[in-house]
Amino acid sequence: MNRIIILPVLLPFATAVLMLLFPRRIATHRLLSLLSGVLLLAVSSLMLWSVLDGGILSLQAGGWAAPFGITMVADTLSCTMLTMASLIGLTTTIYSIGSINPKEEHNLYHPLIQLLLMGISGAFLTGDVFNLYVWFEVMLISSFVLLVLEGRPEQLEGAIKYVMLNLLSSAIFLAAVGLLYGMAGTLNMADLAVRLPLLHHPELLSVVAMLFLITFGIKAAVFPLFFWLPASYHTPPIAVSAILAGLLTKVGVYAIMRFFTTIFILPETDFIYQILLWVSALTMATGVLGAVAQYDIRKLLSFHIISQIGYMIFAVAIHSPLAIAGGLVFIVHNIIAKTNLFYLSGIMRQLTGSWDLRQMGGLYARYPLLSLLFLLPALALAGIPPLSGFWAKLTVILAGIEAEQWPVVAVALFVSLLTLFSMIKIWNEAFWKDDPREEAHRDSGRHLHELSSREKIAMAAPVVLLGLLTVLSGLWFEPLFVIANRAALELLDPSLYIKAVRGGMP
Amino acid sequence: MTTLLAIIIGVLYAAGIYLILRRSMVRVIFGLILLGHAANLMIFTVGRLTKGSPAFVPEGAESIITRPFADPLPQALILTAIVIGFGVQAFAIVLFRRTYQTLKTGDLDEMRNTDRLPEKLP
Amino acid sequence: MHSVILATASRYLLALILMFSVFMLLRGHNEPGGGFVGGLVAAAAYALYFLANGLDAARLIFRFEPLRTSALGLFLALLSTLPSLVTGQPFMTAIWVDTGIAPIGKVGTPLLFDLGIYLLVLGITLTIIFSLAEEDGLS
Repeated sequence: MNRIIILPVLLPFATAVLMLLFPRRIATHRLLSLLSGVLLLAVSSLMLWSVLDGGILSLQAGGWAAPFGITMVADTLSCTMLTMASLIGLTTTIYSIGSINPKEEHNLYHPLIQLLLMGISGAFLTGDVFNLYVWFEVMLISSFVLLVLEGRPEQLEGAIKYVMLNLLSSAIFLAAVGLLYGMAGTLNMADLAVRLPLLHHPELLSVVAMLFLITFGIKAAVFPLFFWLPASYHTPPIAVSAILAGLLTKVGVYAIMRFFTTIFILPETDFIYQILLWVSALTMATGVLGAVAQYDIRKLLSFHIISQIGYMIFAVAIHSPLAIAGGLVFIVHNIIAKTNLFYLSGIMRQLTGSWDLRQMGGLYARYPLLSLLFLLPALALAGIPPLSGFWAKLTVILAGIEAEQWPVVAVALFVSLLTLFSMIKIWNEAFWKDDPREEAHRDSGRHLHELSSREKIAMAAPVVLLGLLTVLSGLWFEPLFVIANRAALELLDPSLYIKAVRGGMP
Repeated sequence: MTTLLAIIIGVLYAAGIYLILRRSMVRVIFGLILLGHAANLMIFTVGRLTKGSPAFVPEGAESIITRPFADPLPQALILTAIVIGFGVQAFAIVLFRRTYQTLKTGDLDEMRNTDRLPEKLP
Repeated sequence: MHSVILATASRYLLALILMFSVFMLLRGHNEPGGGFVGGLVAAAAYALYFLANGLDAARLIFRFEPLRTSALGLFLALLSTLPSLVTGQPFMTAIWVDTGIAPIGKVGTPLLFDLGIYLLVLGITLTIIFSLAEEDGLS
């Protein structure tokens, strides 16, 4: 069973290689993408089930024993994240078949999506700090290319900012890895958890922890480090925006969660939680305030990503079992709802011909069903019961109250209100208001009946699926919470993780 | 030797940070490359410098080799990091060139269009 | 910047450097060298040919599309991991087969992996060089 861990990495890789061998067969690319997406979802669900059933899985690449070789570990947290990633990978593939103009579908598009998924899966599964760096780079370079695939001026400009800040973050990551190796003599996460408390001179550890916080902070787009995100996420094709928005920042959050609950849990690194606490409040507030000012729907949603990251960071800052469980539930809810909103904004653009909310209008009168589908993720994001976002926010805020972090709890509640406000803004502008375009100029958008049935199905299916998941995970919240709780217990008591990787070694 | 390397690393970091604060795209990419080199050199230095001692010992000869052994891992890490850096930097240079050709400017201060709020509609 | 001496020499140098790159590839198992270095050397050979004879001539003599070469390289590297999965050993364990022929000796999956890296690096480097040259109009 342990050997299954390699499949989530190998599967997208093999698919991408096959596609690259036949670069001009776009139809084959689509078919292979779909096939690999379904298989990946099946494999990751199987892994999640197997971890819940039989405990943590681990694999030593090449048969080299734990601290010497590269270890891959699948615990509840990584399997949950992996399942979400494969779900979003599959829906994005379906969505892009409908949303991307076949003439513009670049012959690198599908291979790059697969390589991106490979990087993300690798990052979730690796048990080695340097290997994590490698997977981050795999993920980043695929996202770089995806951003500029069409080569339009604003894409190039957004990509410049994105590439520069991420290269900087990689350089910091590398320096932190070097210092950590110099101190501990190992980069295996489980081994680090054992060895760091035994260090004779742990003073430098606070510097290393801070460096890691900064690199992951850049990737997760937390408060003072987020400026690359709203500058670049609204430029690529909407399917690319959706997969980046849904998954990339969450990999950064995952790394923060993993590092500051399993590895850096010493008195020297305790100050990190204090920093995380204030960073989380500021991230929530600046994100949502930035969103309020925007009229481009993609930019508005991009700022919301930042705001939501704040809640996840808040959960890590409290790091009680309830908080971590709440944080994970929040991540799951957010990946589903956020990606769904990006998909929906693509559909809205198809129907109205504009990304600008001021030029949209009258969608409710014309497409009531679409309006309902929009309301599901939008209200979930704002935290309206009984949708998934309500429970996620409730758990995180309860944990905050338990930890008596009143100021941040107050910020979180206030930000929730502003989130609702900006979702209502989209609703008012795009759905409620009359169509501002004169009758004569209405041809800038396309009517529903002008879309081919392939486009309709491919764009609607992911939205319906993710919308249903938002409702179902709200109505049957308990199974999700049980999984999250288990992940939290595993993270906060790393002995199981250490045992799974190092076996019986002292 | 360690002191010398430490000074070099410091100079590389200082130069790199100075360069990435410039407005010209070319200087920024040079700065990022220097930062990458500094990090690689740092891994090399903190992995303990040993001279003339082998990393791998033939079977049966463990007793005649004196400590300390050289650690092969930092070099493997650096090699991997260099290869990754090579790919990423090559991409970045092509991207910067393409941007320069499209936007007709290499000044980062003039690239503010994606951050602006859209203008008022007519 | 056409130089007759370089153009003439590059034809012979191409073959020579390519042979050297294969030597580097094979030597890499126990000594410095390997797929990455070999691939870079091979790419340097074509880069030299391109400098001397222009882009079209270099594309013609390379024959394959560089990006496809790298895809093939990735495919070979991927293939080299399969035997370990089939035989039930941990992923990426090296499998060796003794051919019994003296000059060849043992052949194993690391060689296949290295060959994959060689093609990958060659393809990627040439993709970068050719596309940069194309943008400059150096044909």
